[in-house]
Amino acid sequence: MAAVTLLQARGLTRHFDGLKAVDGVDFELAQGEIHALIGPNGAGKTTFVSLLSGRIPVQSGTIRFNGRDITRLPAYRRVREGIAYTFQITQIYGSLSVFDNVALATQSRHSHRLADDTEAALARVGLEDRADQVAGTLSYGHQRLLEVAMGLALKPKLLILDEPTQGLAMGEIETFKEIVRSVVPEATVLLIEHNMDVVMDLAQRITVLNFGEVLATGTPGAIRANAAVQTAYLGG
Amino acid sequence: MTADRALWLHLGVLAALLAAHFIAPAYHHTNIARIMVLAIYAMGYNIAFGYTGLLSLGHALLFGAGLYGAGLLVYHAGAGAPAALVAGVLAGGAMACAVGLLALRTAGVAFMIVTLMFAQAGYLTILYFGSYTRGDEGIVIPRAARMLGGLDLSDDGTRYLVALLLFAVALLVNLALVRSPFGRIMVAMRENEERSRMLGFNPFTVKLAALTVSGLYAGLSGAAYGLLFGYVGASLASVQYSILPLLYVLLGGAGTVLGPFLGALLMFYLIDYASAVTDAHQFVTGAALVLLILFAPKGILGTLRARAIRWLP
Repeated sequence: MAAVTLLQARGLTRHFDGLKAVDGVDFELAQGEIHALIGPNGAGKTTFVSLLSGRIPVQSGTIRFNGRDITRLPAYRRVREGIAYTFQITQIYGSLSVFDNVALATQSRHSHRLADDTEAALARVGLEDRADQVAGTLSYGHQRLLEVAMGLALKPKLLILDEPTQGLAMGEIETFKEIVRSVVPEATVLLIEHNMDVVMDLAQRITVLNFGEVLATGTPGAIRANAAVQTAYLGG
Repeated sequence: MTADRALWLHLGVLAALLAAHFIAPAYHHTNIARIMVLAIYAMGYNIAFGYTGLLSLGHALLFGAGLYGAGLLVYHAGAGAPAALVAGVLAGGAMACAVGLLALRTAGVAFMIVTLMFAQAGYLTILYFGSYTRGDEGIVIPRAARMLGGLDLSDDGTRYLVALLLFAVALLVNLALVRSPFGRIMVAMRENEERSRMLGFNPFTVKLAALTVSGLYAGLSGAAYGLLFGYVGASLASVQYSILPLLYVLLGGAGTVLGPFLGALLMFYLIDYASAVTDAHQFVTGAALVLLILFAPKGILGTLRARAIRWLP
């Protein structure tokens, strides 16, 4: 691949007391790819993307994003640099309208077309008809879509999705896959996902984490054929 | 359309207050002037607490900064009312910013305690430097210093209209603020700080800005109080004056633009009537608050907004 590297992590480490949640991880994201992060529960996936997004401070190692060292940059500055993170547990503003939820993301990047850009982001996930609804009264599936719309409205270079399909119905998962495909190649997607069908269908490359270390990285085919991965994760 | 409706409602309230100038009996006339000045203070409190979620127990420090910022300038430097008013506003804002730089490193209960502590320190400082501040006894602002561009602020009619003018400016600025993009960010900070951080907003600077605006309001109110009613004293910077705006805002409706005024109006008259009937007027106030928390925890306008008038800002 002659792809441009968007993000590069070197020796990324974070221990919690004795627990090596993330331990010396080297990791690269190519511009415009959909990259899935998989691994058993407790493998350190969420901790790892929290280090990338800045929600948890890095203990040691470096992160370069878009040619710049962001290792010490606070989370809100990384968002402005173009890293958007959507939460594993839905985090929307329940008492605000759907429009206001997305408008907050739009105004965060100082858009001069607040209403238009907000409506465009809502339209991409199919929530344009619910703009005036109070976000907390949306169904769970729609709340997940709203969360994605907030990520899209930031117009990120990198969109990190933390278990986005968790709790969604089959039909909703199909909608969701279409949305993710529409994001690339302008943006890059890093996807934490447990649903293997979604991973194999969407991802161009997969990284497997186990006990805070990278077990393997490769195409879906290569990962499926990897003996170590099968033992650790895919169930032999 | 919604926007216009809300604007008309607020202009209507201001028109009603102007009408009250001509028809209210003298006793109520003075009361309402005082309530409008205190409502500016409560509006400022509401910007921090109601909209941004900063529960401060130390706003008396900011009110006191405005009060003494104006009062000391008049008393020691012989400044006129306009300069004193400006100085009071700036003193409130600067004090809020300085306290915020330290106190906003904490949140929740710790923030309440730290702000309370700052306000107590401020109150004791006023008493300690009694030779300058005249401590408990207070400063009576001479009539000659209560002139605002040819207007005599000690005159009842002028005082009412000046109070109304300041209240009107404060109210409309408040309305514009909460409808602005920054108003949306303040609410976002109150609703979910972590989410807001991950949308690219720095919680510290947003909260510091909101607290500073809150301080400008408290400073304006304090300075106006001193100049309009001619008295500056340490009792007005005591802990009681940190609690009052909280009560006003809770009663009227936290996070509503008109709530602070409504709360100040009702609480003022509740105390007024209760103290005419019984010595235990604080018991009546307490009982009213318990009933409020039990049956309408969002306050009067907050409950109305949740039930009927969704467009209320």
